[in-house]
Amino acid sequence: MEKIRVLIAKLGLDGHDRGAKIIARFLRDAGFEVIYTGLHRTPQEVARAVIDEDVDVLGISILSGAHIPLVPRVLDFITQYGGDPNEIVVVVGGTIPTEDIPKLKACGVDAVFIPGTPISEIIKFIKQKVAEKRRDNL
Amino acid sequence: MNVQDFVERIKRGDRRILAKAISFAENGHPIAKEILRQIYDKTGKAQVVGITGFPGTGKSTLVSKLVEEFRKRGKSVGVVAVDPSSPFTGGALLGDRLRLNGADVDKNLWTDERVFFRSMGSRGRLGGIAKKTGDVVKLLDAAGYDMILVETVGAGQGEIGILEVADTAIVVLMPEMGDDIQVNKAGILEIGDIFVINKSDLEGAENLERWLSFTLSLDSSDSAEKGSANAERWRKRVIKTVATRGEGIKELADAITEHFEFLKRSGTLEIKRAERTKMMALEIAMEEIRAEITKRCSNLLLDSKDPYTIAERILKDIIKI
Ligand code: B12
Ligand SMILES: Nc1nc2c(ncn2[C@@H]2O[C@H](COP(=O)(O)OP(=O)(O)OP(=O)(O)O)[C@@H](O)[C@H]2O)c(=O)[nH]1
Ligand SMILES: [Mg+2]
Repeated sequence: MEKIRVLIAKLGLDGHDRGAKIIARFLRDAGFEVIYTGLHRTPQEVARAVIDEDVDVLGISILSGAHIPLVPRVLDFITQYGGDPNEIVVVVGGTIPTEDIPKLKACGVDAVFIPGTPISEIIKFIKQKVAEKRRDNL
Repeated sequence: MNVQDFVERIKRGDRRILAKAISFAENGHPIAKEILRQIYDKTGKAQVVGITGFPGTGKSTLVSKLVEEFRKRGKSVGVVAVDPSSPFTGGALLGDRLRLNGADVDKNLWTDERVFFRSMGSRGRLGGIAKKTGDVVKLLDAAGYDMILVETVGAGQGEIGILEVADTAIVVLMPEMGDDIQVNKAGILEIGDIFVINKSDLEGAENLERWLSFTLSLDSSDSAEKGSANAERWRKRVIKTVATRGEGIKELADAITEHFEFLKRSGTLEIKRAERTKMMALEIAMEEIRAEITKRCSNLLLDSKDPYTIAERILKDIIKI
């Protein structure tokens, strides 16, 4: 099977990078190729990286509370740059209030993982969803 | 989309299609070979610069600064950054992009239309690059990037692979990296056209520079000598930089450009590239042969005889056909 490529992104002023780094490590150990953006990226920067790196998965880690303006903006820029956010798996992790989860899903996020989610669950979801998307994209 | 669509759109600068083509190449998808064959006549314009050296010497930080500098000089820049894949899981943390846009950049390199940055896992290949790095470089070249920077895996164990793709090889060293013996042993003195002593803000940079300049002055195997059409030789350069502060970057960019001028002027470029094309062709052919042998002989390998006899039989079988 082809390697699964993942971009782990941190946006805006949010300086909480423990979760993002841990996820990046575990995904690597699960056999993924993981690109980490580092802190303080803009939606435009992340969207461009998604396209140039041709990743299967975009994982956004947000613990600042700014997920509602930021996540949809990333997806909009992917479209604007000629990409298609529906072709990739989009997951969001961090401190997301439960009432915001449906809102994120409505704008194209495939899953939200809040603090305490076992990493095995995250890996299982990503593998399954990537396989699905690859079938659809054929 | 068919091959023709890919080729047209890569030539037109469609970066999403370029990114997809790179993935096909990386994954050894059959369509990649057709695309590469058809874009090949568009390649050869770019200067390919390889950047190698021990882990953590500052290669990625230098790459970011060089991208910035060449952009200021009006060049478009493609980057291929290779990091090691785990031999156990096949996974990789591709951490070179992280350094793009360090402190005080005037221009945002992440969103610059004329910068294309691609991270690659080494995927089981040794020597500092991935098996398909050469193909990725060709795609960027065909897409019209003026400069292509290739950062190798930082292993410091003779990243000889860089010579398979680069016109200009840069070896990055830093002070306090261990003693001279280690640098000598790693066999990196032979492969560099330009040597960068990065982290010159740290103690020991002068000593390293002195030692390096002296050692290089003894070296008779100047890179141009073998195969140079005329007698002109390239004098290996040593340049001190502080990548984090952007110091020495202009000098480095100048040296890179001068080296390319030298390669063209002396006729060395043509010779080097012809040699590389030959190597690449051999590599492609070997890969097919390996696949073919593996396919045909899967049963034969169960034979209980010693490996020498089995190998002999495999060869006889192949040669007969
Ligand atoms: C440690 C911590 C810090 C550390 C951060 C160190 C670092 N380098 O990361 C420090 C002390 C620096 C810090 C500072 C601040 N913090 Co703080 N911090 C925390 C704390 C206690 C734990 C976060 C953590 O590291 N968890 C451990 C990791 C492993 O968990 P995680 O990131 O949640 O990741 C898990 C999941 O969320 C998910 N996940 C996360 N990312 C991703 C990505 C992907 C792709 C996937 C699939 C999954 C995934 O998977 C992980 C495993 O389950 C939280 C409280 C909390 N309950 O979360 C507050 C918290 C996040 N901080 C908070 C605040 C307010 C701040 C400050 C503004 C405080 C201040 N006034 O100065 C500053 C802001 C700093 C900044 N620039 O952003 C608030 C945020 C409120 C909000 N969201 O609106 C929280 C929620 C505390 C609270 N209850 O008020 N903080
Ligand atoms: N003091 C000092 N630190 C530097 C300099 N250049 C880079 N660094 C730091 O060195 C560390 C490694 O830099 P990278 O650019 O990631 O090094 P690298 O050679 O690409 O590393 P690998 O790809 O992992 O082999 C970072 O913390 C940089 O900030 C410099 O000129 N001076
Ligand atoms: Mg690096």
